[in-house]
Amino acid sequence: MLARLQENFFNLDVAWRYLPSIGEGMIVTIHLAVLIVFTGLGLGLLLAFLRALQWRVLSWPIVIFADIFRALPPLVVLIIFYFAGPFVGIRMSGFVATWLSLSLALAAFAEEIFWAGILSVGRGQWEAARSTGLRYGQTLGYVVLPQAVRLAIPPLTNRTIAVTKMTALASVVAVEEILANAATAQAYSANTTPLTMAAIAYLVIFVPLVAFSRWIEHRFAWKH
Amino acid sequence: MSTTSEPILRVEGLHKSFAGVEVLHGVDLAVAPQELVFIIGPSGSGKSTLLRCCNRLEEPTSGRIVVDGTDITARSTDINVVRRGIGMVFQSFNLYPHMSALGNVTLALTKVLGKSRAEATEIGRAALDRVGLLFKEAAFPNELSGGQQQRVAIARALALEPKVMLFDEPTSALDPELVGSVLAVMRDMRLSGMTMIVVSHEMRFARDAADRVVFMDAGRIVEEGPPEQIFTRPQHQRTSTFLEAVGGH
Repeated sequence: MLARLQENFFNLDVAWRYLPSIGEGMIVTIHLAVLIVFTGLGLGLLLAFLRALQWRVLSWPIVIFADIFRALPPLVVLIIFYFAGPFVGIRMSGFVATWLSLSLALAAFAEEIFWAGILSVGRGQWEAARSTGLRYGQTLGYVVLPQAVRLAIPPLTNRTIAVTKMTALASVVAVEEILANAATAQAYSANTTPLTMAAIAYLVIFVPLVAFSRWIEHRFAWKH
Repeated sequence: MSTTSEPILRVEGLHKSFAGVEVLHGVDLAVAPQELVFIIGPSGSGKSTLLRCCNRLEEPTSGRIVVDGTDITARSTDINVVRRGIGMVFQSFNLYPHMSALGNVTLALTKVLGKSRAEATEIGRAALDRVGLLFKEAAFPNELSGGQQQRVAIARALALEPKVMLFDEPTSALDPELVGSVLAVMRDMRLSGMTMIVVSHEMRFARDAADRVVFMDAGRIVEEGPPEQIFTRPQHQRTSTFLEAVGGH
């Protein structure tokens, strides 16, 4: 029993053979994850800022965007971009389709989280800043947003981790990331060890990210 | 103080309603340069609302407010320019928690007045020195006592060299032993000739430092006069009832 477990899940021969492939997959996964984090959080912050300007022509589309992309499963969005796009003349690689769909998902959540942060900054902060002659946008940018971002960090790190993990979805659109390479290796070797390797590879990437998020939450917590 | 000179702040027929409920029923008030006007009255009498209309943190429903010759309620007036000349100090301090004391004081200097960082730092440090807190310039608000926070807030307003300072219950959120330090700064400002309008329950300070005391009740100015008159010979029953209740006699 134990020998079978080892043979199938922790087979060193197989592991050694497919290590380079899993390693390449890790690089693609990291590349995707970094792009998604920057695009998603940046876009989310920008949208929250624009929404806070209280121009209806902007804030309505932002709210609708955020609601739709929080509701849609990212896999559905990804498959639409990748498989349905070509029918209307939009062709993109699986990598780009994954980057876009997950960035939009993260942006939608991040916008809502930043927005909640903006709302939770007290009215007194607005009044103090405006009373010194700062304009609305200046007050938002210099006084309110820095505090809102700080309040947003714990929920934001959780959501960021949740969305970046979904880069595994890219395996369905032919991106050679960790899971896709592991599945291919598993098929060729008729052995499930590559899947164990994939799980370990994800842990190697995401455990430090989780630890980093803890550090950030601690670092930016208000000292009272 | 001379009250014959042109008032630096004039409120005329000010009405203010919140959601259809009128809280100010036509207030007239003129404040002379360098005057310290103290507004007292029961809670809900409209004194804070009156003060907050003076820099349009509250939008007047009708009436006119003229500050240093500018009708601040006029459509053509850029309120952000007007506010540079009107400092405000709040009950809850409202310091920016993510900035140091100096950062709090210099923000508007650089972003509103367009001063260079070096110049803003120089002005900001001078303002902190005036409130006795230069040694705390690097401290963040959560590292300061309530009294110190309020003095930084005063420095933040002072740094812009306002023509008028509005104080909205500046000591109400403070522990009793910290009130004195804030009042001392306000007394010092009065001596240096700042025009001040103060909403507060510090009756002793009103007696000592005010040029004029205004008693408000139910959205109207009931009576006004020099402190010794209001506190010792009030003309209206409502005034004496209020003063008895707060022990101001």
